[in-house]
Amino acid sequence: MEVRELTCIVCPVGCRARVRVEGGRAVGWEGLECRAGEEYVKREVELPLRDFFTVVRVKGGGVVPVRSTGPIPRERLLEASRELAGLEVEGPVRVGEVLVRNLLGMGVDVVATGEVEG
Amino acid sequence: MRMEREVELVVVGGGAAGLAAALRAREEGVGEVWVLDRNERAGGILPQCIHTGFGLHYFGENLTGPEYIHRFVKRARERGIVLKLETMVLELTPEREVRAVNAQDGLLKLRAGAVILAMGCRERPRGSLLIPGGRPAGIFTAGTAQRLLDVEGLLPGREVVILGSGDVGLIMARRFVMEGIRVRAVVEQLPYPGGLTRNVVQCLEDFGIPLLLRSTVTCIHGRERVEGVTVAEVDGEGRPVPGTERRIPCDTLVLSVGLIPENELSEGAGILLDGRTGGPVVDEFMRTSLEGVFACGNVVTVFDLVDHVTLTGERAGEAAARYLRGELSPPRRMREVEPGENVRLVVPQRIAEEGPVTLYLRVSRPLREVRVEVGGRSFLRKAVRPPEMVTLTLEGEEVRELGERVPVRVEGLPLER
Repeated sequence: MEVRELTCIVCPVGCRARVRVEGGRAVGWEGLECRAGEEYVKREVELPLRDFFTVVRVKGGGVVPVRSTGPIPRERLLEASRELAGLEVEGPVRVGEVLVRNLLGMGVDVVATGEVEG
Repeated sequence: MRMEREVELVVVGGGAAGLAAALRAREEGVGEVWVLDRNERAGGILPQCIHTGFGLHYFGENLTGPEYIHRFVKRARERGIVLKLETMVLELTPEREVRAVNAQDGLLKLRAGAVILAMGCRERPRGSLLIPGGRPAGIFTAGTAQRLLDVEGLLPGREVVILGSGDVGLIMARRFVMEGIRVRAVVEQLPYPGGLTRNVVQCLEDFGIPLLLRSTVTCIHGRERVEGVTVAEVDGEGRPVPGTERRIPCDTLVLSVGLIPENELSEGAGILLDGRTGGPVVDEFMRTSLEGVFACGNVVTVFDLVDHVTLTGERAGEAAARYLRGELSPPRRMREVEPGENVRLVVPQRIAEEGPVTLYLRVSRPLREVRVEVGGRSFLRKAVRPPEMVTLTLEGEEVRELGERVPVRVEGLPLER
């Protein structure tokens, strides 16, 4: 069994929890003050998800900001970033335009969040 | 070249606050709205804030900065708002003449029916910190590093130390890691982080970046380029403790040590400023001390969320429209809001009428089991922290019961992280 320290971000109290982890699941905790915090640490232990955003090169110079259409596993953020490092797009690009479909098989697309003129 | 003319409403600054103000004023029937901005594109700081977390309150959606501001820029263009970019406002006179300059029109002299100040804020630079050392390349404010990385696509360095734990610095720590830059440490003089807990967790803890609290940078090493910094612990007064120094190698030092409302124009016009916020003293209509001049967003006080910035912009836009229609009469009496115990600042600083009022306040230290008292009325909060603003709304009835002076104080137990 492993004990992990997690800071709850559900509310400004920011409880510092000591969480007992077994087989990738939270099996017990101390230091949390509410039910929402318990749900948060369970999720954080089992499968922490994060929004993914970065910039992608534009042919001819500059970058365009992009995001994933949904959160991805935290452990795959760097892999996702590396995947997009080699990508170069051509203008014009519009907000919401899909630049990559089904990123690394994670079931999310990568869309532009900014615009580039042609 | 020279252009002189009358314009109903001039908005100085085309960021989140200015665009919201301009749009609301148009919706309220103001015929002619000009937004002047010195940048080459509209949107203020948001186009370079490529992370998510914007618009959760205002749109009920989790947007990135560019997506959030895109909606306002697009609407501003559709609604016939005149966006004068690369236009530097030089002066605002007490008679509401706005003097500006750009490459197309030359010198612009606009006699404005009303003016809305929405210049936002600037980052505290290295010069304000008095850190010994030379002037090597590789020292950036967090916002500059953000612009380099996320607008221009340039890496500011390979190994970074971040001084100050404000939100922009935390956000950049994560961006650096994602782009293959090593973040050695985030150094914070205070015993608690300057940014939101969410950012401490998702930008530092997620990537194992050390947060060194009660510490500061005492020397910057390197001649041509930064080669490292000396970090030392500080005592209760913020003085470095001898014997605790250690050198951290890095080629880049990023500063995230605070934001200051940018009020040179306001000062030039003789507008009354608040020493606590660094911005104009305003009432609930976002009126400054100068008739027909309103202010909104980060030029008034540095807000925590853009959603609040937008709301103050709309408030100013609506009030300016009413003023132009002759429907906003000068206040007969003003209630003065007075920050007390544990309160660093409050806006608005004045209450003119007896309608509902939203107060934004910042506490001076983290507290739990909190009671916020506004003129004798109590609001309870589980916890409050300096990075997160406390928002309180008083109904018209509650405002009527307030006296001439409205003391605001916060009581609570110390909150240890």
